[in-house]
Parts: sequence; structure tokens; C-alpha cells
Amino acid sequence: MNRNHEISSGLLMVVLLFTISVIGCTSGGKKAPKEDLSVQVPTDNTAVYEDIKQAEKIFNALPSPLESAMLIKSAGARFDESLLNNVGNVNKYVTNKSMALNLGIYTCDLSFASLYEQTQLIIDYMNAAKKMADGLGILKAIEQSTIDRLEENINNSEVIMEIVSETFMNSSSYLEDNGQPAIAAMTLVGGWFEGLYISTQLVDMKEFNGNKLVGRIIDQKLSIDILLSLLESSKGDPAVDEIIAQVSKLKIVFDKIKITTSPVRPEFDQATNITVLKSEVKTDMTPEVFLELAATVGEIRNSFVK
Amino acid sequence: MRIYRLIPILALLLIASVKVDAQCKAFAKKVCLPELGSYTHDGNYHAAVLVEGEEAELYKTFYSDMDYRVAICGEDKLPNIEFRIMDSNKNVLYSNKDNNYSRTWDFKLQSSQQLKLVVKVTSFNQAGDTPASGCVSIMFGFKIKK
Repeated sequence: MNRNHEISSGLLMVVLLFTISVIGCTSGGKKAPKEDLSVQVPTDNTAVYEDIKQAEKIFNALPSPLESAMLIKSAGARFDESLLNNVGNVNKYVTNKSMALNLGIYTCDLSFASLYEQTQLIIDYMNAAKKMADGLGILKAIEQSTIDRLEENINNSEVIMEIVSETFMNSSSYLEDNGQPAIAAMTLVGGWFEGLYISTQLVDMKEFNGNKLVGRIIDQKLSIDILLSLLESSKGDPAVDEIIAQVSKLKIVFDKIKITTSPVRPEFDQATNITVLKSEVKTDMTPEVFLELAATVGEIRNSFVK
Repeated sequence: MRIYRLIPILALLLIASVKVDAQCKAFAKKVCLPELGSYTHDGNYHAAVLVEGEEAELYKTFYSDMDYRVAICGEDKLPNIEFRIMDSNKNVLYSNKDNNYSRTWDFKLQSSQQLKLVVKVTSFNQAGDTPASGCVSIMFGFKIKK
């Protein structure tokens, strides 16, 4: 009887802990930590994080794969298919970690192909992303009807962007709502690294100074602490811990880049109804630091796709 | 044996919590997404169930050369949703409180910045009542500057 009681108490504890953890995790955000974040933040972002403890929910928003691809295109970069993760690699990804990372990577590649109107690649990369989502058990993220809709609208870039955005939201919301924030975070990390990898590979060192793409790469320094905070919220998961170690290595290189920003002045433009946030920024990245950054990003990204 | 009777209750609690969040996703798609209008949704999902008086914070880098729209929506059963956008020096750059609790704000940046959004569910101020709770969704749309 006592033994039965012990077993049932143990079972109850497991169910209770599971329930509490799922309820805690499915709220779409993270409870603010009760102690200081262990992430080291650079002086220019410290103030933003200082009062992090006050909120009930914290969202760390990385650029989505679509936004990353858009940033590359807006910098005037060319399209290079050889930089994308080959769709032939899909069968290599069998663990949750590799599927999550490559869901983000393939979604970024898909976005990149969409923005440059690479019609056959769009279908191929949507299928590769679907394979990753299916492997992760994400129900209804990318259905056959989505692929059919994509094929029907293959020459309509606006509809394609809508479909890419919708499928990514389906995946991330499913993962958040089903208590899998670590998988959701790894998907975002995969997409962010792919965007950064493609950008660093597209920089022509002969045109380093004043290169708009280099400016975009420097901007990613602003997201490295957000990325670490996002991963820290799933710390303890072995797959996430491995990625934290890799990102920390990248942060050391990013910390060699200096960004100085003047105070932001909002100015409302009545003609367009848009507020312009005016500020001047000074950045400093030597070609040597850039090459170190590109090598580190390449090494990490290649470990994700191998 | 009595302890086993609690298991279905806990299972129901679990299912209910997942269901509430699934409703948040439906709310975000049905109500908040259309608020982005001609802006392309970035595909990210930020939604949570908040109670009157609760706050949420979001950290995000915004880039020059892009036009942005942020849409922050709360379910009808909630009081007004207040949001503020701050820079790294904690200067408030925008507050929708000064704009009749508008759900959206359009902006662009001269240089890329990490900004902080603070979202707060205001209060109905009805003492003794159970505080209202409901989904709050934050969405971003963008356009490349022409």
C-alpha cells in the first residue's frame, strides 16, 4: 500500500511538474527571470536590459528568416544559389535540433529565392522546409494545399511572400503553443545564421569600405544579445547549450566591433503619417575583424547543415 | 488511490492551457494580422495571455532602409492596451496613450537601433471584480524603403 502510495505520489509529481512547465511555456512569452540575466551585454545595450525584471512576459524578437533575406536584398546583394543549403541534404537531418535549425535555414533560403524570383528553387525550398516541419511534428504548418497555392502564384512575389510569412508563423506558433520554446528558438537561430552566412559570403573585399552589406552585418551585433537571451530561456536543454557555446564564441568577435549612436529624435512626417527616428551612428569594423567574423559564422553555420 | 482522481483534472488544465494559446494564435491571425495592411508580416509570432495591469516587454533590432508598422492588439474583453517604444537610453519615442490607444504605429529609422516595446494592459478600475484576461498579440510588418 505504501509502495503504491509512493508510486502514485511520484506520478502525481511528474504530472504536476509537466503541467506547470507546459502552462508556463505556452503563454507565448517568458516569465522574467528572478535574478540578473547571466548574458554579458555590451555597454551600448546595457540600458535596454537594465529593467528587464519588471515585466511579466519577455519576448526576444530576432529578425525572422524573411526579414533577414529582405535585409540582404535591400543592401543590393546579388543572388548566389551555391550559398544556399542544398535541398539534397534534407534526409541528413533526423534529430530535433538539426531539423529545427534547418527549418530556419531552409525558410531563409526560401525567402532569399522568393525575393529574387527563382521560381523552381521556391518550390524546392518550400518542400525542404515542409520536410523539416513534418519531421518536427508541426501539424498543418505547410500543407500540400500551400505548395499548390505557391505553384499557382509562382510569378506573384507578393503572394509568395505572404505564403512564406504564413508558413513560418504557423510553425513558430505551433511550437510556442505546444510547449516547445527550445525548438522554436533553434528555428529562429537557424534562420538568423543563414542570413548572416549568406551576407558575409557575398561581401566583395575589394569594395569593403562603404559597402552597404557590411553595414547590415555590423547591425547584427545589435541582435546578438537578443539571440543569447532567447537561447538562455531554454538553457539546460543539451542542444540549446551547445548552440549557446557557439554563439558566445561569435559574440567575442562581434564585441570587437564598435557602434556609437547619438540620442534618437522622433520626428513625425505629416505627409506620410510615418515617424522618422533620427540618429547618427558611427561604426568601426576592420577588414581583419570582418574576416574573423565571416570565418566564425561559416564554421557555425556549416556545423548546422552538415 | 484518491490521488489518481486528480490526474484527469490536471490533464484538463493542460489541455485548457494549450487551447487558450491556440485561441491566441487564431486571434493574432484574424484580428492583428489585418492591421498590418500593406506591410509584409515578418512571420514572427508574439502573443500571450495577459491580465489587467500586466506588462510584457519585447526587444528587437530595427533596421534603416526599412519602413515598419507595429500592430498591438488585445481581445475585446480587455481594457485598452497601452504601448510605449523606448530607445537604449530609456527615452520614450512613442506612446499610443497620446494617440487614443491606437493599435498601430508606422515608423522608419535613420540608423539601425535596438528598441524596447513595453505593452501594458490597462485596468477597468472596478474593485472587487475578477480581473479581465485575454490574448495580446504583437506583430511587425515591413516594407523596403523606395
